[in-house]
Amino acid sequence: MTGFEYTILIPLIPLAIFLITGLLGMKWKPAVSGILGTAGMGTSFLLSVITAISYFFGGHGEAGFSPIIPANITWLKLTETLHIKMGVLLDPISVMMLVVITTVSFMVHIYSLGYMKGEKGFARFYAFLSLFSFSMLGLVLATNIFQMYIFWELVGVSSFLLIGFYYEKPSAVAASKKAFIVTRFADLGFLIGILILSFITGTFDFDQLTNPQASVFGGAASLGFMGISAMTWAMVLIFIGGAGKSAMFPLHIWLPDAMEGPTPVSALIHAATMVVAGVFLVARMFPVFHFQAPDALEVVAWVGGFTSLFAAVIAITQFDIKRVLAFSTLSQLGYMMLALGVSGYGGEEGLGYMASMFHLFTHAMFKALLFLGAGSIIHAVHSNYMYDMGGLRKYMPITHITFLIACLTIAGVPPLSGFFSKDEILVAAFNHNKILFGIEYLVAGLTAFYMFRLYFNVFWGKDRHYHHTPHESPLTMSIPLMFLAVASVFAGFLPFSELVTSDAKPFETEMHLMIAVPSVLIGLVGIFFAWLLYKKESRVPDAIAAKFGILYKATYNKFYFDEIYLFVTKKIIFNYISRPVAWFDRHIIDGFMVGIGLVTEKTSYLIKGMQSGQLQHYAFAFVAGTLALVLSILYFL
Amino acid sequence: MNILSLFVVVPVLTIVGILFTKDFKGARVVSAIGMSIQLVLAAALILMYLGARKAGVTDEMLWTADYTWFKSLNIHYAIGVDGIAVAMIGLTAIVVFAGIFASWEVEYLSREFFISLILLATGVFGFFISLDLFTMFLFYELAVIPMYLLIGVWGSGPKEASAMKLTLMLMGGSALLMVGLFGLYYNSAPDGGSLTWNILEIAKIKIPVEAQRFFFPFTFIGFGILGALFPFHTWSPDGHASAPTAVSMLHAGVLMKLGGYGCFRVAMFLMPEAANEMAWIFIILTTISVVYGAFGAIWQKDLKFINAYSSVSHCGLVIFALLMMNQTAMDGAILQMISHGLMTALFFALIGMIYGRTHTRNITEMGGLMKVIPFLAVVYMIAGFASLGLPGLSGFVAEMTVFVGSFQHQDTFHRVVTIIAASSIVITAVYILRVVGMILLGPVKDPHHLELTDAKWFERLSTITLVLSVAAIGIAPLWLSDMIQASLEPIVAKLTVFNPF
Repeated sequence: MTGFEYTILIPLIPLAIFLITGLLGMKWKPAVSGILGTAGMGTSFLLSVITAISYFFGGHGEAGFSPIIPANITWLKLTETLHIKMGVLLDPISVMMLVVITTVSFMVHIYSLGYMKGEKGFARFYAFLSLFSFSMLGLVLATNIFQMYIFWELVGVSSFLLIGFYYEKPSAVAASKKAFIVTRFADLGFLIGILILSFITGTFDFDQLTNPQASVFGGAASLGFMGISAMTWAMVLIFIGGAGKSAMFPLHIWLPDAMEGPTPVSALIHAATMVVAGVFLVARMFPVFHFQAPDALEVVAWVGGFTSLFAAVIAITQFDIKRVLAFSTLSQLGYMMLALGVSGYGGEEGLGYMASMFHLFTHAMFKALLFLGAGSIIHAVHSNYMYDMGGLRKYMPITHITFLIACLTIAGVPPLSGFFSKDEILVAAFNHNKILFGIEYLVAGLTAFYMFRLYFNVFWGKDRHYHHTPHESPLTMSIPLMFLAVASVFAGFLPFSELVTSDAKPFETEMHLMIAVPSVLIGLVGIFFAWLLYKKESRVPDAIAAKFGILYKATYNKFYFDEIYLFVTKKIIFNYISRPVAWFDRHIIDGFMVGIGLVTEKTSYLIKGMQSGQLQHYAFAFVAGTLALVLSILYFL
Repeated sequence: MNILSLFVVVPVLTIVGILFTKDFKGARVVSAIGMSIQLVLAAALILMYLGARKAGVTDEMLWTADYTWFKSLNIHYAIGVDGIAVAMIGLTAIVVFAGIFASWEVEYLSREFFISLILLATGVFGFFISLDLFTMFLFYELAVIPMYLLIGVWGSGPKEASAMKLTLMLMGGSALLMVGLFGLYYNSAPDGGSLTWNILEIAKIKIPVEAQRFFFPFTFIGFGILGALFPFHTWSPDGHASAPTAVSMLHAGVLMKLGGYGCFRVAMFLMPEAANEMAWIFIILTTISVVYGAFGAIWQKDLKFINAYSSVSHCGLVIFALLMMNQTAMDGAILQMISHGLMTALFFALIGMIYGRTHTRNITEMGGLMKVIPFLAVVYMIAGFASLGLPGLSGFVAEMTVFVGSFQHQDTFHRVVTIIAASSIVITAVYILRVVGMILLGPVKDPHHLELTDAKWFERLSTITLVLSVAAIGIAPLWLSDMIQASLEPIVAKLTVFNPF
């Protein structure tokens, strides 16, 4: 008995609600599904908060917070040692994730009561939301890497279903397909990584894999392939899986398109929870990365760093507000990956790890807020494009204030939460690698700039021709906004370094003014330029865009990665592989089989004449045969 | 009477019953009753088997019985089952049951239709309970021959040509197989004594390695043709495309499994040395079929063709895993047989139901069916997810067991082919989502489709049975996997004695 048995209910409640709503939802009034889903998620939320309080504040021993496994059953026995189990693992990061997921999910459930009101698939929407919440909770609570993979796939499919929620819209269908296939491709890497890892260690269980004194890696050093050690291969492949879900460059292409889904979905799945699964995966496997495959960790750092810059640059040029936010998400996820990549293990060495988790937490709050705010705006003006918006601050005061708070948070203005978490990341990067540190400084400025470009465009400037006067959203939508705004403001004061650290032992952090002050300044510079350019409508931004010409166009078109994706799928796979295979099968292989049949048939036609049924033919053949035989015998003898 | 014999007797009695019916309503009711009894029997058999194992019965085969049938050639009616056969019988019972309800509205010569269908099922059940090679072969032929009539008479499109192609290719397989089985029989007493057809008897002795080398390819390819082994798979697309719904279901769902089952129960189990020597050739062939079938499916436009190629890919994985010759991979192979049997039967049932409404199977002519026939569309989507290996459905369990098992080999060759085979999970996702996106989602393409009606009760019964089975295995696979693994022990033990790995 660990006293935490009730935690198993946290994922099971949404599962039950998914099944009930999925089977019966069509027969009910829509509101019933919504309220049932929200109530269930609220219960999970409360349970998660209770879990977090009793876990973090129930005291801990010398060795820090120890992992607790309240439940674990064997699901499938593969070999003597490799068993897939299903269970619940509570440790600092999983408990933190519980809080993040249930908080955002609960808020999104409430928000959707207003946002999705009157939609045709209301019950279906809530069923899918519950399915997603179940899968995501199962993922973070996994006790072993295979359980994680199982829920990983389930999360992927819930994402597919929700992106394609408006299934009559071809663009939504295409986007959902793209998201699924790109992440599936990455999951193949994850799967092969698991195969290698489990072969080396003979276990899937995290408590054996991530134990720093692990003995399971005994024979690992001698194995290798193409001059790279087997462990590095395994961890890089597993990271590819994480990179797919977390939309790291170059697997990022699905995320912007995923914005086709309803906006609350974007907030929940494609901003706050599912996309951080990759970061969570790296954090979960961090001791393995650190001790067994430091080279793979270096890859994580650079991929993260590059993605954060790449995405921030694209974000500047986009006009669809949800896509700006999507690229912003990419950029922030890059931050988190980078922080893990530069981290060490244990105590202050593990600052990057702590910072990454910290940023994951704060980012979930302020990015969910941004998306829900964007949803509120879209709800009011019925467009996604910022050139259809302007001057909205007068009409939508709550949305305006909460959105502004979120923008300030992401720009890293003290004392809002984003400032603290970003500062820790910068310090960790500074200690590890100066180039990455430089990139992150630049990104901090870019972030402030594109966020305030969005803010000024939407809330300031001139009014547009609206279909009707924009109005503030109903309470169901504004309450989650206010809640998340409060969370974004105060989350920075959580003592993360005492709760969520690489070795589960608390350590002290201090403010590094040398790094913090310039980073704030750079953020303010970004805001200042955005103010200069976009406060009032002017031609300056267009002029600047024109000046950059091709570069601007390339950025606006996201550096043509979508075209590359289309080229690979439509041209190469479809036209150059699949089509020849199909042709080959029909004409060569089947042709050969048919050919055998034809030859048999033709031959039988040829020789059928001999069986004419006329006695004189047979007599002739008989005599001729005898003669030929006699002659040949005579000749050869 | 031995419970196993009931599995042959009940279908035969059902056929007799159908003979006495007057119209198609009577015929289908009798068939439904007969096959429901069969389903209950199968469930009882599974429970009894699990009970017996739990009680500590360790015999390799349970409920064995042996009657001499033709003395001078020592042919017996010898029966007995282990966990694998029990699982396959369960699969067959489910698929036949669903198949009867999926052909509820066959009115043309319906008595003859149901008789042929159940005759086919009789052959399959008989095959799985047999321990005597000759009887096994007899049942095997009994299952293949009604197929010709079923496709040729009740089929669609170029049905005569397809029926001919399918039957001739499978008969070609049978011819090879017969040579192989005779080879086994005449080598079954290398040290003198009486020759035998009994699998368990032959397994006790060692067939001379030279004889194995000669006869193994005959037996393996003979069975392999029915299991859609590349490059002998081309009967499958044409045959399936022309076959009526229930026949496609039974054929892809069950009949193709006879191939995989025979491959390990006869060819590999009885000729382990040759199997080890030649495994690499067939591993290469099946690796090709896994990937090739999946790529082939991407380009197709006919729903049945897509599914036929998908079956080539999935059944390729069955033989692929069998050839890995360790307990985990072979367990995966059998799980994959069951999983593929259920989900492909579901697919064909759905395709038949959709075709019955839209009168087309061309995916470019359909669209937005989710809106008009939501039940069928949702079930189709579930089938699709099962096919692309979504956790919680049976395909995932099978595939993961196969991949983990295959990866236990130390050498690069096995590693590389495993990774190539694993890449099919991505390609599968591509073609499944393409179909789902085209026919189910998006706007309704053909205005005539707006008037379609959703599934009727018998269609619901048929598909829900299959969906529940797929989900049950996907959610709680442990009992099934344990049952199979325990039964695999003697087979794996025989194979690995000579295994250099």
